[in-house]
Amino acid sequence: MSMIAMPAPDQAIIARRGSIVRDLERLIGAKAVIGDEDGRRAFETDGLTAYRCKPLAVVLPGTTDEVSRVLAYCHQHKIKVVARGAGTSLCGGALPAEDALVIGVSKMNKVLNIDYANRTARVEAGITNLGISAAVAPKGFFYAPDPSSQLACSLGGNIAMNSGGAHCLKYGVTTNNVLGLKMVLIDGRVVDIGGAHLDQPGFDLLGLIIGSEGQFGIVTEATVRILRSAEGARPMLLGFGSSEAAGRAVSAIIAAGIIPVAIEFMDKPAIHVCEAFAKAGYPLDVEALLIIEVEGSEDEISALLGHIVTLVQPFAPSVIRISESPEQTAAIWKGRKSAFGAIGRISEYYCMDGTIPLGRMPEVLTKISQICSSYGLRVANIFHAGDGNLHPLILYEANDPDQVEKAELCGAEILKLCVAVGGCLTGEHGVGVEKRDLMRVQFSQDELVMQMRIKTIFDPHWLLNPAKVFPLDGREAAAAA
Amino acid sequence: MQSYLKPATEWELQRTLLDASASNTPVEIVGNGTKRGIGREMQTAAQITTASLTGVRLYEPTELVMSARAGTPLARVESDLASRGQMLAFEPIDIAPLVGGERGAASIGSVFATNLSGSRRISAGAARDHILGIKAISGGGQSFHSGGRVMKNVTGYDLSRALCGSWGTLAVLTEVTFKVLPMAQETATLLLFNIDDAIAVEALAQAMGSPYEVSGAVHIQAPLAARLWHQGLAGERQSITALRIENFSTSIAYRTERLKAVLKAYGEVHVLDHDMSISFWDEMRQLSVLQGSSAPLWRISTAPHAGPKVVAGITRFMDCNAFYDWSGGLIWAEVLPTADAGAADIRRVIASVGGHATLIRGQPAVRSAVEVFQPLEPALAEISRNLKSVFDPAGILNPGRMYAAF
Repeated sequence: MSMIAMPAPDQAIIARRGSIVRDLERLIGAKAVIGDEDGRRAFETDGLTAYRCKPLAVVLPGTTDEVSRVLAYCHQHKIKVVARGAGTSLCGGALPAEDALVIGVSKMNKVLNIDYANRTARVEAGITNLGISAAVAPKGFFYAPDPSSQLACSLGGNIAMNSGGAHCLKYGVTTNNVLGLKMVLIDGRVVDIGGAHLDQPGFDLLGLIIGSEGQFGIVTEATVRILRSAEGARPMLLGFGSSEAAGRAVSAIIAAGIIPVAIEFMDKPAIHVCEAFAKAGYPLDVEALLIIEVEGSEDEISALLGHIVTLVQPFAPSVIRISESPEQTAAIWKGRKSAFGAIGRISEYYCMDGTIPLGRMPEVLTKISQICSSYGLRVANIFHAGDGNLHPLILYEANDPDQVEKAELCGAEILKLCVAVGGCLTGEHGVGVEKRDLMRVQFSQDELVMQMRIKTIFDPHWLLNPAKVFPLDGREAAAAA
Repeated sequence: MQSYLKPATEWELQRTLLDASASNTPVEIVGNGTKRGIGREMQTAAQITTASLTGVRLYEPTELVMSARAGTPLARVESDLASRGQMLAFEPIDIAPLVGGERGAASIGSVFATNLSGSRRISAGAARDHILGIKAISGGGQSFHSGGRVMKNVTGYDLSRALCGSWGTLAVLTEVTFKVLPMAQETATLLLFNIDDAIAVEALAQAMGSPYEVSGAVHIQAPLAARLWHQGLAGERQSITALRIENFSTSIAYRTERLKAVLKAYGEVHVLDHDMSISFWDEMRQLSVLQGSSAPLWRISTAPHAGPKVVAGITRFMDCNAFYDWSGGLIWAEVLPTADAGAADIRRVIASVGGHATLIRGQPAVRSAVEVFQPLEPALAEISRNLKSVFDPAGILNPGRMYAAF
């Protein structure tokens, strides 16, 4: 895909690659600097693999101080910077530019302190999402946000994108689970924002920075909330004859005052692909499947699941299957969590990330199906039904440039539909480069200028991840005063 | 003489702010004015209220979302929610009676503008955690929106959260969209009496670290507990440590017993039934134990386990009565009146332990003399000042209310 334009690189910077690499090696040691072509190629893309670009160079600092030295240098020499966690962004958030230095925080992956009395953990930004939970699991705790890529994705990336996950209905997204940050500003100054206390003085800079897509600074450490795990958790499968029935079942459960820890919806194409991959026992003869998980003691779980079964009766579920063992539970979640991988086995796909009000789901799914048909493409839909986050997966043939272009056009149409029904362009993946040019669907130029001026506060010369989030035209008004 | 403006529409508000901005006229922004007694003293030429911008715009109980215009009374929002068995899970406190404001009269916009959260904040998050979207007019007179009406939204920067807790200094909220949650079917409260602060906060931490979803964790020192409206509890003349469990009725008995077992090392555990619990936690929301006094009152935020250390530190310098919420992480500290209300010493203690302090109740002269809000680190103060100038280039909105410089 090459439909989204990138700014012309600064040839003068590229011409100075050799001396820049030598300077960086002097600053933080040769081992932490990658300047050769093969080495740089390893960083040319992220989870949005259709876009590739070898960066100017890559540094992999090991400490906040090294990040600070590198940023101060970039600031002094006006070199653009792309921050990178694990490179799993699905919107091209970590896509490099030819004239930009990639600063990867993957080496900074330590747990610095676990404080069970305060229920917090202080960790470095390169730690994987699951790494935090793994560190506190022996004491029965966990870190709540759980993006599907949690095995690989870094906390730093989660903070940049304010990542969510399947269990966010009950536990919130990244911004609800981070209490403090250490961030290096573009001029190399290091600031601490928030801490182990529950709110911060002054403006909510923490809230502003989380989700700023690496455009305000580079986060090197974070203090996150850790929560005590429930005594147990168990999912059930509910199969329905239509997406409308499934949607109404979700409404009925919530209206009864039950907030399951997760409510995941899959349409028929998604069910079939996932079942073929995970052998989770998903029913194949239903139009829509819900995975509903509740938590508590064994008795509490049984009571809640029983209550849910009663509540959904009016919507005529054709399948009601409650997990009866940890193995079944694991299989049910394996199917859902590996949905992207499973679909990836049968086709290239383009994973969209819009949000819609639950009440509009049946209508939106119908329209998505029509949009995809009009481009001659197939689609499978996965939906965090509890929080309105829809992931249509558009299947396409990667070797066919025509299909590639169609997939992108089709995706853009779907996201415009999400906004039109009261949702938004992105629920948990971020804008990145992928949805940059769609921002005007959701925001006026004045609103974009206001946001861009906020970036200018943190980054007066627009060196931090500059090609992302905002359309390339109309940026002049946000220039530093 | 201050003029008093009550725009009836968003358009009129925008016009007013454009005029004020163009003429560099400083304005005080209020909803119903219940919290005017908080913050630094201001010099403004006019007061603008959002009190006429009322009405619930959207309420979808099954999507757990409500939108209301900023001036809508909080009481109206909560009664609408209650009619469908739902609530604001962050349980906004009513701070007004502490500072001479009218009880129960706050607007929903003010709740988010000041990020007011009650006891359930420890488990459910603060007001800022429940905001989904906003519409607002900036100090420069620009109408803008951020966020939306769905739970997850990462489209563009999170200006909704940035405005939470900005005390009307960046923009005037005209509409807020927020997450709501079901009320629990039943509530129970576990009480411990007469244990000292450090042990009490340890007990709270033990309970918070259990899997029983404790949704309130407070410790009230004896002199403040004596002010409880509940005669029986007030009459105990002892410190009270309380934990709340909320759930389906089928779970309450089980969880109460399990939690009692967790707490038994800390003394005899008493249990309040549902009705008693509702009124006890309503008192916490209304800050009953902080009412009926004119003594300077500080709100201190620290790591929960450090709470007793902060209070012990302050007590070395001055007499202090404390009410701990948020498992120890939020301290309401009443101190004796002095020229600076103890600001220098309190901030010295906090500097060594970590956290921040805001003077909530203080005579106007004191609030002019001391930093009411916690002074910011230089780099963060610079970012904050620049943020103010993006939203409010002429510096007209509540100038100086939070910080002298912006």
